[in-house]
Amino acid sequence: MYSYSDFDEAFVRARVAQFTQQVERRLDGSLTEEEFRPLRLMNGLYLQLHAYMLRVAIPYGSLNPGQMRQLAYIADTWDKGYGHFTTRQNIQFNWPKLPDVPAILGALADVEMHAIQTSGNCVRNVTADHFAGAAADEIADPRPYAELLRQWSTDHPEFQFLPRKFKIAITGAPNDRAVTRAHDIGLRMVRNAAGEPGFEVMVGGGLGRTPMIGVTVREFLPEADLLPYVEAVLSVYNTLGRRDNKYKARIKITVHETGAEEITRMIEARFAELRPLFGGNDQKLLADIREAFAPPAFRNAPVDAYDAFYAADPVFRAWADTNLTAHRNAQYAIVTISLKAHGETPGDATSTQMRLMADLAEKYGHSDLRISHEQNVILPHVHKSDLPTLHAALTQAGLGTANVGLLSDIIACPGMDYCSLATARSIPVAQELATHFEALKLEHEIGPLKIKISGCINACGHHHVGHIGILGLDRAGVENYQITLGGDGTEDAVIGEKTGPGFAYTEIVPAIERILRAYLALRLEPSETFLQAFKRVGMDPFKVALYQSEGAQDAA
Amino acid sequence: MSRRFTPKIVTANLLREGDVVYLTADDRWSPLHHEAELIEDEAHAQMRLLHAAAQKLLVVGAYLADAKPGPQGPEPTHFREEFRTRGPSNYNHGKQADLAH
Repeated sequence: MYSYSDFDEAFVRARVAQFTQQVERRLDGSLTEEEFRPLRLMNGLYLQLHAYMLRVAIPYGSLNPGQMRQLAYIADTWDKGYGHFTTRQNIQFNWPKLPDVPAILGALADVEMHAIQTSGNCVRNVTADHFAGAAADEIADPRPYAELLRQWSTDHPEFQFLPRKFKIAITGAPNDRAVTRAHDIGLRMVRNAAGEPGFEVMVGGGLGRTPMIGVTVREFLPEADLLPYVEAVLSVYNTLGRRDNKYKARIKITVHETGAEEITRMIEARFAELRPLFGGNDQKLLADIREAFAPPAFRNAPVDAYDAFYAADPVFRAWADTNLTAHRNAQYAIVTISLKAHGETPGDATSTQMRLMADLAEKYGHSDLRISHEQNVILPHVHKSDLPTLHAALTQAGLGTANVGLLSDIIACPGMDYCSLATARSIPVAQELATHFEALKLEHEIGPLKIKISGCINACGHHHVGHIGILGLDRAGVENYQITLGGDGTEDAVIGEKTGPGFAYTEIVPAIERILRAYLALRLEPSETFLQAFKRVGMDPFKVALYQSEGAQDAA
Repeated sequence: MSRRFTPKIVTANLLREGDVVYLTADDRWSPLHHEAELIEDEAHAQMRLLHAAAQKLLVVGAYLADAKPGPQGPEPTHFREEFRTRGPSNYNHGKQADLAH
């Protein structure tokens, strides 16, 4: 894992000192709120519905055990003993007090973490495949590139005041687990005809009020061209982007208004100018960074104990079937720890749970932890012989839920329980969906299903790319939930289609049940997933189930 | 043509703690919605908002929120303001915990 250079360390410490003084000046009245607000946002500090919220970057979702323990310490010392992992691989603390924030930032700096560029119109935390460096289908580990992009974009003087925020996601595998097509820039590793690795570059994806799938501006970008090319994209956007209208300021609108062909031409022209200015130092830096991401020393040991336990223990088997993913080393597995216990808040972990996960990562996981955009925690390298012990320890801490990829593995934004932008609640809808279907014992029968819930049109909950998406709105002073179906966040990215009129808070869970009962009735066989069935039959049968059955009169 | 003025309260967050507070008729900031001054006159509402916004070392983001009279005092009319009176629904945190006896 990458460790801060002296330069990184000095930069982060200097920022903590600077913000410490800014907070002091705000508290003594030297700075007005209007002056202070952009300064606190540059350091990830928001004022939400009930309290301040501090958003801390977890670059490309990677944490070491010491960092995870420090997050637990921060949660206990200055917050309410928990943290919320988000769809952008950040962690949010929901209850910090303003005078304490400098100390929190200092504690983060102690473990090489910060909250810089987690807000504002700049390049945000670069996100990556949470299985990076472990996945069996990977061409190359995307984290060195993500780290290179992080260093390049941090405090980049040209890109601190972009027309709007800018999100980059990167995956090293052809199977896209990082929703790259829904980012301002999506980078997907591919090989060219000569077998060399490079990137498919997608630009102008994004969810929010105008959801769009990114367009490919380069089918194959050699890896050595990554920084000049990304800089060219940012540069073109910085010039063309609409600063006159916040709702038209994202690059997706720029791409749409300029046209894919013309913007591609402009990016290539700018790239031709920039390329010669990169004299190779970026590649030297990349080589150094890459060394920091060398694979761990994998253990060579028998896996018979795992096989025997798998055969003997049905609880362990159920967990292994849903929460394990194939590792490139056949003796190993990638473990997804579900932060979606039925009835709990998606993405939340208590300080006790954080400490346990840190301990387990140290003991069984080569000291590597990841946060997924699906709001779970990953131990990317666990030897199969350790899995039974690991599972037992997780279960004791309420972290053994066997539901990854199933109905209750729901993405939910904080919604109106915390967020000042929200138009409705998301968390209680996720909680009730999970407990309702758990009581019906239908979750495993329904099989793979991604439900994603956002509490406003900004779509932090990725509802557009949920197989079932739920969007909470304020309709004449009442919470109302709109459903979309058929969304997909993978390499085959699709924006879901609206079913029709929305449903009241008390009606949304029954509505989802009608959709899923319709699916169970119409699927050709149990192996046909909800998404496959939707692609085959289309919207109509689900509309009939939603609106023409009992309860239709409640639809608003 | 004049519209009927919807009664308002002045609300904000405390600068240091971030807690939701309400401006009372005797110029205190109370954590309790029902202690807020219910303002029935538009001009007076603007005056009270200016008074609140001037307290830059105490509160942040003061605004007028719709309210209605109730037996204990003003009550919120919109669900967002109702949530602000108590805290999140997923944990017993915020006012619902802090103000519980």
